[in-house]
Amino acid sequence: MSGELQQLVPTMMPSAARALLKGVALPVASALVLGLVMQFVVGPAIGAYPASVALQVGISVMLAVSLNIVNGYTGQFSIGHAGFFAVGAYVGAGISYYAALSGIDPASGQQPSQALSNGAWLVWNDGQNFLFSYGEWRMILASIVGGCVAAGLGYIVGLPSLRLRGDYLAIVTLGFGEITRVLLTQTKPQIFDRDELAATHAKDWVIPPMGGATGFSDIPAYASLMWVWFFVAVMIFFAYRVKQSSTGRALLSIREDEIAARSMGVNITKYKVRAFVLAAGLAGLAGSLYAHTGQVIRPQEAGFQRSFEVIIFVVLGGMGSISGVVLAAIILSILPEALRDLSEYRLIVYALLLILMMIVRPKGLFGVREIWEFWPFTRAKKSEKKVITP
Amino acid sequence: MGENETILEVRDVSVRYGAIRAISNVSFSVKRGEILTLIGSNGAGKTTTLRAISGMVRCTGNVRFMDQEIAGTRPDVLVTRGLCHCPEGRGIFANMSVEENLNLGAFIRSDKHEIEKDKQRVFELFPRIKERLKQNAGTLSGGEQQMLAIGRALLARPKLLLLDEPSLGLAPQLVQTIFKIIREINAQGVSILLVEQNAHMALQVAHHAVVLEVGKVAMTGLASDLAKSDEVRKAYLGHG
Ligand SMILES: Nc1ncnc2c1ncn2[C@@H]1O[C@H](COP(=O)(O)OP(=O)(O)OP(=O)(O)O)[C@@H](O)[C@H]1O
Ligand SMILES: [Mg+2]
Repeated sequence: MSGELQQLVPTMMPSAARALLKGVALPVASALVLGLVMQFVVGPAIGAYPASVALQVGISVMLAVSLNIVNGYTGQFSIGHAGFFAVGAYVGAGISYYAALSGIDPASGQQPSQALSNGAWLVWNDGQNFLFSYGEWRMILASIVGGCVAAGLGYIVGLPSLRLRGDYLAIVTLGFGEITRVLLTQTKPQIFDRDELAATHAKDWVIPPMGGATGFSDIPAYASLMWVWFFVAVMIFFAYRVKQSSTGRALLSIREDEIAARSMGVNITKYKVRAFVLAAGLAGLAGSLYAHTGQVIRPQEAGFQRSFEVIIFVVLGGMGSISGVVLAAIILSILPEALRDLSEYRLIVYALLLILMMIVRPKGLFGVREIWEFWPFTRAKKSEKKVITP
Repeated sequence: MGENETILEVRDVSVRYGAIRAISNVSFSVKRGEILTLIGSNGAGKTTTLRAISGMVRCTGNVRFMDQEIAGTRPDVLVTRGLCHCPEGRGIFANMSVEENLNLGAFIRSDKHEIEKDKQRVFELFPRIKERLKQNAGTLSGGEQQMLAIGRALLARPKLLLLDEPSLGLAPQLVQTIFKIIREINAQGVSILLVEQNAHMALQVAHHAVVLEVGKVAMTGLASDLAKSDEVRKAYLGHG
């Protein structure tokens, strides 16, 4: 599809400015629009509780889109994705919370409910805030840091295991998730007192005070509907761009046939690691946003249950199809809310769905293709073009 | 032998898979612009030899490609230098369209215009491929898949093409076509190292030939000479 477009484009030679506009400005603008619509139209329309569900749905979508890069495009089986999610959550939460506590932003520390209703207000530069509130900017920064730390860990975990046979990755990532969970339970109690925080030394942070098994609470809840869905959209754009790029083609070829991919000149270790690092980084970003949605984060975030949930989204959605996994994530996150009484049996239902899917559509809902590639309309257009080409 | 004449020189190459010694001390060389065929019975080590050359398996010994030592070099690096391996069993990307397969053949290149030209060249060699650009490659017939695999390899602009059993499982008529095309590719300046079960056809198109027997070189020489030799006729051409 894009190949044909690219054949047409060289005659026009898009300028760098146009490419920047198309590549960055447009996606960011439309993501912002989606965020604003979610915040000011959808949120108020559906009410407070459904809005809080919509936040969690957004987080699920991000996780699904990120894992899809490894398990979907590249066909590697990572089962410790929640580990990266948790790392991002704790890093982002730690930065935001302790910065707020130390008084860098006196206005923060609001209750979740407040943030949900107040969030995403456009505050023009009044000396303290620019465009958005100080705390929101800091959340974004903390989330980027969280994502980077998760990506770095992804590199450390991925490089050795991706050089080995496929199943090593599954084992190592499973171990990584569990180790992360255990390590998080070993952190020191959270500091709630400003003076106590001021009295800490660098050595007190060797084992960070992240709340241990009780979890980490009171995180400034700046991740409003707007921010969560803004990042959902940005991530989808990004994932789509990756899929269409030469990196994406390399990843898909690895999934199809490693030997053939190598004989095409694809450095398979490099690309596998790249996919893994990207996915880990995006999961970390999602984790940090999750921590800012007014949740108490606990070591269990790194556990297998969450990883498994994300795997289900990806497998059901179609191992590579972005639109497919987004749809699966949305449906499967709303369903348990709709069927509250059955939510205890959620994992059983998932397992059954998985088995059913393997029988009916072994490649997932959409396989590696996107939803619109299934529309009869697109099909017809394609065959027309085929006839025209001389 | 003049340096420029030899594109690939394999010297004393051995490969083991765990305790199994697949090939030992294999030596031969491919001249620039020729077709050299490597024949031998099942399990003789032909595929292993190709894999050793293209860096897919570890080997001991020396492999020189265009006057550079390449033993131990990663396959993807070799592709960028012009050594392209078309693996046994075609290795097409079954869930991608024919076009996507071809694009991956040009993965290492970024010269769009030249790629387009090379695609046209591939379409000239394989008109059937052009008719099926949007089709899923997995739904192509065996022969079409083989054509796609060769066409895709050509898009990397190889100087030396390693072909592993291109006629495997094809109807006799198609085998003829494939060999004709191999000759055409060679005439366009690509040196070819051809592994074949079909010794009869391989010896017809090749300039030189190497016979492998249980991991060792049993004979080397002009293809036409080997085709006449008694041992080869008996063992590989089915003449009593
Ligand atoms: N990955 C492997 N692990 C262990 N042994 C292997 C492996 N690959 C090949 N072998 C063994 O090495 C020997 C040579 O195999 P190779 O595939 O090179 O034979 P071949 O000449 O290509 O045969 P064919 O004509 O049947 O393709 C065989 O005995 C085979 O069993
Ligand atoms: Mg073989």
